[in-house]
Amino acid sequence: MSSIQANAAPDHTRLLIIGGGPGGYVAAIRAAQLGVQTTLIEGASLGGTCLNIGCIPSKALIHAAEEFEKSRHYAGTSPLGIKVESPSIDILKTVQWKDGIVGRLTGGVGALLKKHGVTVVRGWASIVDGKTVAVDVEGGPPLRITCEHLLLAIGSQATALPSLPFGGKVISATEALSPTELPERMVVVGGGYIGLELGTAYRKLGVDVTVVEAQDRVLPAYDAELTKPVDTALRKLGVKLMLSHSVQGLSAGGNAVRVRDADGAESEIAADRILVAVGRRPRTEGWKLDTIPVDMVGRAVKIDDQCRTSMSNVWAIGDITGEPMLAHRAMAQGEMVAELIAGKTRHFVPAAIPAVCFTDPEVVVVGKTPPEARQAGLDCVTALFPFAANGRAMTIESTDGFVRVVARRDNHLIVGWQAVGKGVSELSTAFSQSLEMGARLEDIAGTIHAHPTLGEAVQEAALRALGHALHI
Amino acid sequence: MGIHVIKMPDIGEGIAEVELAAWHVKVGDVVSEDQILADVMTDKATVEIPSPVVGKVLALGGVVGEVMAVGGELIRIEVEGAGNVKEGAAPAKPAAAAANTAGTAVGPDMATASGQSAPADIPKTMGVEPAQAETKKAPTSPAAAAAAKPAAKSTSGAVRNTSAARPEGERALASPAVRQRAWDLGIDIQFVHGTGPAGRVTYDDIDAFLAGKNAPPTGTDTRYATRADEEQVPVIGLRRKIAQKMQEAKRRIPHFTYVEEIDVTELESLRAQLNSQWGKERGKLTVLPLLVRAVVVALRDFPQINARYDDEAGVVTRYGAVHVGIATQTGSGLMVPVVRNAESRDPWGNAAEIARLADAARTGKAGRDELSGSTITITSLGALGGIVSTPVINHPEVGIVGVNRMVERPAVRDGAIVIRKMMNLSSSFDHRVVDGADAAEFIQSIRALLEHPALLFVE
Repeated sequence: MSSIQANAAPDHTRLLIIGGGPGGYVAAIRAAQLGVQTTLIEGASLGGTCLNIGCIPSKALIHAAEEFEKSRHYAGTSPLGIKVESPSIDILKTVQWKDGIVGRLTGGVGALLKKHGVTVVRGWASIVDGKTVAVDVEGGPPLRITCEHLLLAIGSQATALPSLPFGGKVISATEALSPTELPERMVVVGGGYIGLELGTAYRKLGVDVTVVEAQDRVLPAYDAELTKPVDTALRKLGVKLMLSHSVQGLSAGGNAVRVRDADGAESEIAADRILVAVGRRPRTEGWKLDTIPVDMVGRAVKIDDQCRTSMSNVWAIGDITGEPMLAHRAMAQGEMVAELIAGKTRHFVPAAIPAVCFTDPEVVVVGKTPPEARQAGLDCVTALFPFAANGRAMTIESTDGFVRVVARRDNHLIVGWQAVGKGVSELSTAFSQSLEMGARLEDIAGTIHAHPTLGEAVQEAALRALGHALHI
Repeated sequence: MGIHVIKMPDIGEGIAEVELAAWHVKVGDVVSEDQILADVMTDKATVEIPSPVVGKVLALGGVVGEVMAVGGELIRIEVEGAGNVKEGAAPAKPAAAAANTAGTAVGPDMATASGQSAPADIPKTMGVEPAQAETKKAPTSPAAAAAAKPAAKSTSGAVRNTSAARPEGERALASPAVRQRAWDLGIDIQFVHGTGPAGRVTYDDIDAFLAGKNAPPTGTDTRYATRADEEQVPVIGLRRKIAQKMQEAKRRIPHFTYVEEIDVTELESLRAQLNSQWGKERGKLTVLPLLVRAVVVALRDFPQINARYDDEAGVVTRYGAVHVGIATQTGSGLMVPVVRNAESRDPWGNAAEIARLADAARTGKAGRDELSGSTITITSLGALGGIVSTPVINHPEVGIVGVNRMVERPAVRDGAIVIRKMMNLSSSFDHRVVDGADAAEFIQSIRALLEHPALLFVE
């Protein structure tokens, strides 16, 4: 990326993108493909949260932890007959490996942008007005770039707790993904997907992990039926769950987290590291967003179904526009905005945006859950097929979990899919496709699914909703 | 919130009932002060009824075409504050609404549905085609038309493709590829009928929608296409008045028509002379005011023709004054404004009066007294006048003079063939009270005046 010179930046560009995350870089590539002169400003590494400190590194770490845990699992008495002698892990090497992957991917993004002729400006942007952005370039004179279209793809940042400000032992997911050593005891504040993914990984790496969650169950954003296998697996793995506990702050000595239970009783949990993962919020500070009068919804930039802000030719995509803060949503929005700027007619009206938790077991939610369907006033049938009845699940020692389908009772139109189980994140492809294509239960039931695969549970769930499941 | 009831106002012409000609609002509309609510029509004048209040329309007091009594409930509007009736008070029914001469259904209930058609018993089709003929019902009221509009507008005319099955607000079901194609083609997929399972819009549905939209220009040869469409036009308002009037005249009056040709060469040369002499200051004269003058002069000897015959009472009333009805084509149909006391004006005076009345009639501003009370009528279609016509008498008058087209024709004068400007007069009379000989003499008298036009001025 050293080949991209900041001083090559033009004074004026058709499309100026602030932020080189999944939303920004996809918008840039698509715009360049369509012949739109595009400049992208990124202060840190290309790829944003997703590639650098989010999706990708966390999955790398989770994979490493899983492999290590597997070998420890075999170190005991394995029913598979495998014997492993006292495995150990060199966490610095693990992090190095992970950084290698991140480097390859971010480098790949840089190469793609270059290949498509996108000008990348390395520096921190601040808005001057709706058509002008000042860039504070590292080691160079400040730039001022004017544009026809301004795309805000600035992303989000971890939410801090006032009682547990970041610093010292209190870390965010960013630091948790690049440990220099493994702590003995870690407290994870927040039982959402980020806290559980990392908490599980650390537990598998041998750390004593306690998850503190204010609500009475983990993954409170999902329904209880879906999260129950995750809860069970966490406990089985040895993760301590302190549900209905709220965090009060650090203990006097700084070696423990003070928590309070639902009855008001306080206690302390000793910790060498405290991971605060209570969510993310749009990054609205530090780049003079307030100099332009765009409407906001809470902390997020308000957009319409074409990602237009309230200001003409100022667009916003991804986490800056609020929930759901997912890379694939930002990418789809970025692609759409580029096409709109190129003169096409587009709207952001997906049938569903899939959401995946890479916990163990994994959780996938696409479309409406049964409670959401009820809330929407739909009369729906729901059917669940357990992996306990799936051959492939047995062969990979993971029979926990199920696939669940939600469909309209009147015309069998599928409105939602949920699954929990090992490796079900890959099923999201089938789920999203069936929703986007407007599939009915009969469509899925009538499709031949390969045997033996986890995907058979998808077909069986549809069959069961129709009242004639074959394997249960 | 209170309810404000607007009653059918007395339009000040001493009439007891008026016909609802059009609604400009429908139930649920929010109206502002002075917004026009409805058009009502007396015998010939149309009056707009404005809203005196701001509020929401709760109910309409009648359907278009209904004849309502003055004082009957026209409309209910929900207003801020107390309103002018007690809440829950039963809608007052127009008491004399049953005096509906046209026999259209007088709705016993308030017309709460905006699309309710006026003559409720209008037949479905006139039965000229087999049952599958597609019947297009003309909107019977502006309200109905307005209600039908949003759908038609948003589908760019391809109404047949709108999906009635998809409830409002429900997302159209379509795959991303279909959705994108619709966007690329500028089609709002919400209005495309989905033929796939569960109403899914398919690629082919987009094609069908496009075909439906583009059919007339790009489709098959329409010149010899068999047509099975029908359109039902309710006979209401002015059209109904005309229909009644014509029916009455033909049913009651035994017409006879007398046609004579007039040599208007002299009249035309005089007219040209007058127009070049006085045109600038007095205005141009047409043949009509000169004919009016001829009629006025001729009628002095034929008082039985300047009359109205009350055949119920058996009395013919002869008039000294000559109130000449001038049959006038307007945008909404035939009207007959009346040049009152035509005997008291010179041709220029009558010309100005005719022009004023014609304009008033065409713009709908003619008052009731300007549209009634004629004692004889002149009908002229100008260049469209043809050779001969058989005018229908403006009941209860007893005569009508029709003007045919003026043409140059060869004529024999003093044994030689010469070119003359010729024009026929086709006139009808009520044979019950006008004898043929009298009528003929009356027309001959007019002819003499027109052929020697100096007689119009020199007495």
